[in-house]
Amino acid sequence: MGKSSTTKDAQALFQSFRSAYVATPTNLKIIDLYVMFAVFTALIQVVYMAMVGTFPFNSFLSGVLSCVGTAVLAVCLRIQVNKENKEFKDLPPERAFADFVLCNLVLHLVIMNFLG
Amino acid sequence: MEATNGTGKSPPTPAAKPDLLSTSSAFFSDFLKTLKLKTKQQELLIRVAILGLVYILAFSTRLFSVLRYESMIHEFDPYFNYRTTLFLTEKGFYEFWNWFDYESWYPLGRIVGGTLYPGLMLTAAVIYWSLRFLRFAVHIREVCVLTAPFFASNTTIVAYFFGKEVWDSGAGLVAAALIAICPGYISRSVAGSYDNEGVAIFALLLTFYLFVKAVNTGSLAWALGSAFGYFYMVSAWGGYVFIINLIPLYVLVLLITGRYSMRLYVAYNCMYVLGMLLAMQIRFVGFQHVQSGEHMAAMGVFFLMQVFYFLDWVKHLLNDSKLFQAFLRITVTTAVGVGAVAMGVGTASGYISPWTGRFYSLLDPTYAKDHIPIIASVSEHQPTAWSSFMFDFHILLFLFPAGLYFCFKRLSDATIFIVMYGLTSMYFAGVMVRLILVATPAVCLISAIAVSATIKNLTLLVRAKSKVANPGAGKGASSAKASSKGLPDQSMPFQRNGAIALLVGAFYLLSRYATHCTWVTSEAYSSPSIVLAARGAHGQRVIFDDYREAYFWLRQNTPPDAKVMSWWDYGYQITAMGNRTVIVDNNTWNNTHIATVGMAMSSYEDEAYDIMRSLDVDYVLVVFGGVTGYSSDDINKFLWMVRIGGGVFPVIKEPDYLVNGEYRVDKGAAPKMLNCLMYKLSYYRFGELTTEYGKPSGYDRARGVEIGNKEVKLEYLEEAFTTSNWIVRIYKVKPPNNRCWSQLCASTRLDFGIWLHVNVVAGSMHSASSTLNWVLFCASFIITVFEQAFIITKMPLAFKRHRSSSKANLCPLRAIWKRE
Repeated sequence: MGKSSTTKDAQALFQSFRSAYVATPTNLKIIDLYVMFAVFTALIQVVYMAMVGTFPFNSFLSGVLSCVGTAVLAVCLRIQVNKENKEFKDLPPERAFADFVLCNLVLHLVIMNFLG
Repeated sequence: MEATNGTGKSPPTPAAKPDLLSTSSAFFSDFLKTLKLKTKQQELLIRVAILGLVYILAFSTRLFSVLRYESMIHEFDPYFNYRTTLFLTEKGFYEFWNWFDYESWYPLGRIVGGTLYPGLMLTAAVIYWSLRFLRFAVHIREVCVLTAPFFASNTTIVAYFFGKEVWDSGAGLVAAALIAICPGYISRSVAGSYDNEGVAIFALLLTFYLFVKAVNTGSLAWALGSAFGYFYMVSAWGGYVFIINLIPLYVLVLLITGRYSMRLYVAYNCMYVLGMLLAMQIRFVGFQHVQSGEHMAAMGVFFLMQVFYFLDWVKHLLNDSKLFQAFLRITVTTAVGVGAVAMGVGTASGYISPWTGRFYSLLDPTYAKDHIPIIASVSEHQPTAWSSFMFDFHILLFLFPAGLYFCFKRLSDATIFIVMYGLTSMYFAGVMVRLILVATPAVCLISAIAVSATIKNLTLLVRAKSKVANPGAGKGASSAKASSKGLPDQSMPFQRNGAIALLVGAFYLLSRYATHCTWVTSEAYSSPSIVLAARGAHGQRVIFDDYREAYFWLRQNTPPDAKVMSWWDYGYQITAMGNRTVIVDNNTWNNTHIATVGMAMSSYEDEAYDIMRSLDVDYVLVVFGGVTGYSSDDINKFLWMVRIGGGVFPVIKEPDYLVNGEYRVDKGAAPKMLNCLMYKLSYYRFGELTTEYGKPSGYDRARGVEIGNKEVKLEYLEEAFTTSNWIVRIYKVKPPNNRCWSQLCASTRLDFGIWLHVNVVAGSMHSASSTLNWVLFCASFIITVFEQAFIITKMPLAFKRHRSSSKANLCPLRAIWKRE
């Protein structure tokens, strides 16, 4: 009984979630895709680490952290360029994107140094 | 006039004060008018001028030590920093990074590049190189001496911007002025105190400021700046752990109280990911951010934040509370389950290391005392006394709660941060003396808010009343008169007077603070502790420069590869100034090694000799204050040696050195105390000396007693050098005794007999039938047997002259062969 209600809930949830998400602007959808890709890559690396071992630990860390960092920065960008967020009204999207590029530059330079 | 009669003596003061104030302000505004500046520009000019003055003040108040003594490096740890900086500037960065130091922790050595925080050395080296590039021919020592004051000046600027961000620019100015002269900060940043804390407080405040700025603006660029500030902090000081725990705590509090925002998400996540990655580039810190328990809070908050904001987003998207409830149930149970399993597996498999001792002792102040004597033995790890709070903060201690009140009154993201910083760091300052330093910026900022808000309110009151009282009246003395005339008309008759009195009181308190700070800096915090100063009998200044005398002697008179044993406090100084190898030093990474030295110091001389031989010690250095009355000498530190030694080697027991739980060195002292190596080395030939008029010879001025063992005889060590005030005494470890003549003969004859025997046996192998060989064989055999018998009977006698080592007694022959 409980199980079926949970699945029903989940189905309803999924349905309404999808219908709500369709209304999102395209540029945000692209960022979402990018974030999903980064998180997915991080997960692959974690699974690989679980199978093979952590040995070059710095390489593993830099791989995962580059994905996580990319994802987090992209989410930050998404928050900043989203027109619904009133907090960032006076932050132009160009400035947000410049910040995003700068942070990514630093992130990946450090990752390259750390890769070993 | 009637109204003011009740207040007694107060009328002259308010009458005179505004007069003075207004005339001076009129003069000032006239002066500014000639510059033809608008009001805003005037304000900017004044603000910049004040900041410039504060900048110079912060630097110059820290120069007392240079004026009183000379431009030199202070204390213990700075000598190591100085030595490594010297190495860095001479050999370059890569040599420094790969430096294996043979001169410390003999025979282990130390991988210097991987076991230090390089921020300070690199900073000093960069300053040095840029000065050289600009053709300023400075010595690296001067750069090192002035690094801490320079960064203290920079800290005041950061404090200004931080105060401006949290409250307003007035509070920022007051904060800059307060922190410039606050003794709690000066204690670690006088000229010559070339230690990590000097730059670390700057980095700490910079990180916090940039983080608050990032939270306020929600900009990635500020968060990136904060990550860089964190990187600099990690490279400079182990206290970065405070940042990586405080910021998650702050985020957690905001999440729980419902004050979270998108800006917080941007600021924390960017700062955490980039800061963590950058911090991993420091080799000494390495993977700790993902492995040690102290850093797990930050990671936990990071994941929590992802889940939290994801949920928030979904909630926003769904716009339906019932559906969201179901969603919440599923997600939260999964997230909590996964987190708990990951934590459990990580801890159980030893992947996440438990907290270190220092961290435990922060949370539980009694922990170190019971478990880790080496942490408890350091004086700056002791709990703080009330007097030192008063000494270091003075009026800030009273302004701090007032500032907290103002912060709570005007709650914002920034004030919540500063309140949390203040409260946590105050707790830590109470646990450990040295952490007063971390609390100082917070206390200064919060007090600055109190001062600024109070003065602003009071001046507003004063000015508003005067405007109401005399509209259209001119400036200068007339306005003051007019306002005092208009006083009885006001609804609250004492308000203006009260405000003025309070203002005067506030300025009086602040001036007391300035006086106190200057006095403390000049008297208490500017002594280099390597050169001691005292007042002589006639009030003149006496300088004891014994440390440098001793280290210079070591440098000039001992072989370059000599190994010096001393208690670990002096290790850095001996390697830096004496240029000799030491057994242990201030980097206390190997407890066993320190315990071995502690055991040697607290053993009888013959046992200590064994230990010293096994450690290859050539010289022993002790610090002794019995002649000068210098109280932080080795005899007073001795119980810690016993405790640390006994912690690893249970042969050493603390009660053996105490009489009825009392530590004493006079006639009533414990027999083991009177004969242990440390006692002997400290008081050798001290019994012949009369230190004070009217006291018997051998009167110890540091402890105020006549020593108990005046006939100290040394058997395995000899006095090599004692400085002019007896503060440092150096002893040479004698080589093992030569064997006596008969013993020497015996062993050579024995060797001869064996040699003959072996030869003959070898010869007889070739031609066994030869009778001559047979005779020789028998003869050599007989000689050998006789020799052996002779040696075995003689040996105990011969060895009595030698050391009575149990192994040698049991097997004399083996001992002899071993010595060959």
